[in-house]
Amino acid sequence: MSSSNPAKVVTWTLLLLGGIVMVIPFAYMLGASLKLNNEIYEFSLLPRAPTLDNYRRLFERSGFLRWFVNSLLIGTAVTASVLFFDSLVGYTLAKFRFRGRYAVFVAILSTLMIPTEMLVLPWYSMARTFGWLDTYWGIAFPGLMTGFGVFLMKQFFESVPDELLDAARLDGLNEFQVWWQVAMPLVTPALSALAIFTFLGNWTAFLWPLIAITDRNLYTVPVGLASFSGEFQTEWEMVMTGASVATIPTIIVFLLLQRYIIRGIALAGLKA
Amino acid sequence: MRSRRRRPKSRSCLTRSTASSRDLSIGQKRAVWAWAFLALPIVFFVGIRFYPAADALLASFTNWNIVGKREWIGVANYTRLAHDAVFWKVIGNTFLYLALGVPISLVLSFVVAYYLDRVRFGHGLLRALYFVPHLATAVAMAWVWRWFYQAPPVGAFNVWLTSFGFSQMPFLRSTTQALPAVLAPAIWAGIGFQIVIFLAGLKAIPRTYYEAAAIDGAGAWRVLLEVTLPSLRPTIVFLVVTSSIAYLRIFDYVYAMTNGQGGPLDATKPLVLMIFDTAFKHFEMGYAATQTVVLFAILLVISLLQLKALRSR
Amino acid sequence: MTTKIGKAAFWLAAFATALACTGTARAQVEIEYWQYTFAQRVQAIDTLIKQFEAANPGIKVKHTHVPYDDFRVKIAAAIPAGQGPDVVQLFYGWLQDYLKAKLLQPLPASDFNVVEIEREYFPIVQQMKVDGKYYALPTAVRSLALFWNKTLFKEAGLDPNKPPATLAELVDYAKKLTKRSPNGDLIQEGLTIDMGGQDHHWLREVLVREFGGAPYSANNRQVTYNSNAGVAATQWYIDLVDKEKVGQIGFLTDGVTAFRSGKAAMTIDGSFRLGALDGQKGLDYGVAELPSNNGIKANFASYWVNGITTKATGQKLDASVKFLKFITTPEAMELWMNTVGELPARKSVAEKDANKNHAKYGPFIRGLSYSYATDFVNESAQRKVFIDMVDKVALKNVPTKDAVAQAAAEEQKLLDAFYGK
Repeated sequence: MSSSNPAKVVTWTLLLLGGIVMVIPFAYMLGASLKLNNEIYEFSLLPRAPTLDNYRRLFERSGFLRWFVNSLLIGTAVTASVLFFDSLVGYTLAKFRFRGRYAVFVAILSTLMIPTEMLVLPWYSMARTFGWLDTYWGIAFPGLMTGFGVFLMKQFFESVPDELLDAARLDGLNEFQVWWQVAMPLVTPALSALAIFTFLGNWTAFLWPLIAITDRNLYTVPVGLASFSGEFQTEWEMVMTGASVATIPTIIVFLLLQRYIIRGIALAGLKA
Repeated sequence: MRSRRRRPKSRSCLTRSTASSRDLSIGQKRAVWAWAFLALPIVFFVGIRFYPAADALLASFTNWNIVGKREWIGVANYTRLAHDAVFWKVIGNTFLYLALGVPISLVLSFVVAYYLDRVRFGHGLLRALYFVPHLATAVAMAWVWRWFYQAPPVGAFNVWLTSFGFSQMPFLRSTTQALPAVLAPAIWAGIGFQIVIFLAGLKAIPRTYYEAAAIDGAGAWRVLLEVTLPSLRPTIVFLVVTSSIAYLRIFDYVYAMTNGQGGPLDATKPLVLMIFDTAFKHFEMGYAATQTVVLFAILLVISLLQLKALRSR
Repeated sequence: MTTKIGKAAFWLAAFATALACTGTARAQVEIEYWQYTFAQRVQAIDTLIKQFEAANPGIKVKHTHVPYDDFRVKIAAAIPAGQGPDVVQLFYGWLQDYLKAKLLQPLPASDFNVVEIEREYFPIVQQMKVDGKYYALPTAVRSLALFWNKTLFKEAGLDPNKPPATLAELVDYAKKLTKRSPNGDLIQEGLTIDMGGQDHHWLREVLVREFGGAPYSANNRQVTYNSNAGVAATQWYIDLVDKEKVGQIGFLTDGVTAFRSGKAAMTIDGSFRLGALDGQKGLDYGVAELPSNNGIKANFASYWVNGITTKATGQKLDASVKFLKFITTPEAMELWMNTVGELPARKSVAEKDANKNHAKYGPFIRGLSYSYATDFVNESAQRKVFIDMVDKVALKNVPTKDAVAQAAAEEQKLLDAFYGK
């Protein structure tokens, strides 16, 4: 690939500038979280008199730590479930030929098109009937498998060479082992991406957790943050602070998994 | 190179196996495994997605208001919807979000991913920078963007415009500019997701393809058009379909940037906001269900069309 | 089993069970109270619950609060499912909806005497009476007032302790308090213009009346602001932006932000704003009764009421009645006022000299005596009608007369659809 060094530097600089522009609104949010409410309406990036007072209020106010833990536990569990089931289904749809395959795929894809707003009330009836309200399970159950993940994994499994799978079968592995031991390691970039997005989607989910939980000890972060908005007022400095803290785990998850993507690719490269 | 990707070997393998009577059981066995794998997920999807959706479909033919009885009213909701001027405006808005959002975001994210893929130094940091907007809460980011859109001297955008000699823009206070103005943060937040998926797709292209192209003496453009993009086909298909669905379902940013109004004068109101209002502000669940059915139909048709168009070759 | 021991055992068991049963009868009744989440309201109710439980040892009150945004959804989903509150706090404007959905039961007349209520409470509360029975009672009410920034008044050379008393003075002061940059950009507005805030109440119940009209018919089922008075009032409001140029829609995103940040000199807002403004560092503000026009005074009042849901029966109903009575006592109202900053719903409490002449609560309380509470059938839709009306004139150059006529027609449709059912 021919690319001169000056061109590379220019590209790199442009990418960096673009990246900085992307992050500016986020920086404003962080800056706002460090301001008291007399400064927050001066729309400057950096606070004149930075203070951690908002953060103190956030953590002392009953619950934030609890919300955090709840979101973390549920997010992790749901992500694990999605990674397992969505890959399994995606693999099956990509690598097995059987009648009704396309129909199943379209059916699962179509689940993406139903907005959550309409599903929320039937889910509530279901949860109420089975006694799932105000439980972790009640918050988590609608998201355990997703059409999105199935679609993503199917696309990536399609590029896994059939020869490898057949070879594994000849080695005596059953279909489950072929999937788990041979196919899965080959799609780690996709798995990492799916993990990030599932975790993130769960972390920011609002409507269903709001309806499923009444017990304040079970609030997830978005539901808890909503309590800073009242009938007439929103404590913006608290919203900014809460939003800032809420971003931290997602950044950590992303940074961790992002490295794993690279490692996974390197391994796959060695194998090929 | 193209023939390599069509995997004719495995196909003929299967044909061979289904032909002979002894190997027939292998094909069947595989099918059994397939259905075994699919069993629990199918039950899940039917119970969690299809049953409630069917419930919603039924509800669309009733005048249910969340607590009252459901009375069958036939297609009255649908007729009402067809005559609702706001509905047509909302449909127009929704398609505009799609028509603007998908191409712009995909082109931007591909360009970034393409160049980012070649960068090794600081790659992780750069990728993180592009991804951060995706992680931030919509409510918080919308608040920041609303300030950007303010009139001078408060609003950054207008300050720049006027300092370069342009006249200031009303942005959110204009019925024509409001929709693009609300779309911008949504695109900004969505790009990170698309970049990561593109990067994963780019990384999955075997180096050997590029090496072969280099041996052929192909220039950057040809490589892009004949190696990269075709190899990215599954990724592109995925992103086009999921982004279309996402932009047709846009809600968070519109709600946060317009105080839940979808204004001014419904200029920014997408279908999901209309559903939300009808269901949770007016409590007309039957009518809201009708709108959901319409949304579902639109999403299904568009996705199928795209899948077909992007697969045929 | 020998019959003697068997019989003795049986009777012993029966006796023990009977004892145990009477024991449980003396045990706790638990009822649930729901309201929306807001720090001071939560605090107030928690205090009241502690006092109530101390005075009523057999009753336990579980306090649940829900984020405001989805308060209605949760209630609507919970009650028909047999869950949710026994006593619930709802916005007065939702009463009709709740009655239609059979979520509330009438307050027992023996405990809540109709004559006494009408004597004790402000007249606006009478809207809670349907078919001769009261369905809910407020602990507190809110009304509107004129807020002004004393620092900005001083800067403009105006007496910081003398706010405008008439609409004409309001415009005059606002003009003096508006500042623009050299290229005409608004940097300080004299009066906030925010139909999405309290302005739609101000226009609907106050300005229309002050211009000589009335927004609705006597039975609240007909829209009557499509009159000369209504058009004149709307035109006056819109002129603030176009002609007098004392404010801008969307300035600093909304009126509250503009006033809090010290960039708006005056604003029309409700008593619920006091807490937030007191907490705003560096803001020196005053409160005054709404400006009158041509000697006509009017105000808009709103309130959250406490009702007993259809879920409460038997012992829970009795407990709920007791609790509801407790939170509507004069003492509870004083506590609420001092904690939440809302005004007492009982005239005797509100019009105590200390309260009536209070620097901050006084103007609101005095305004209560000439307040009207709109009988909303769908508050968010009716608010949107007004927001759109003003936007049509501002953004689409629709003549004011037409915009008002269209708004009236739209709102009439809403009312007709509701009452027609």
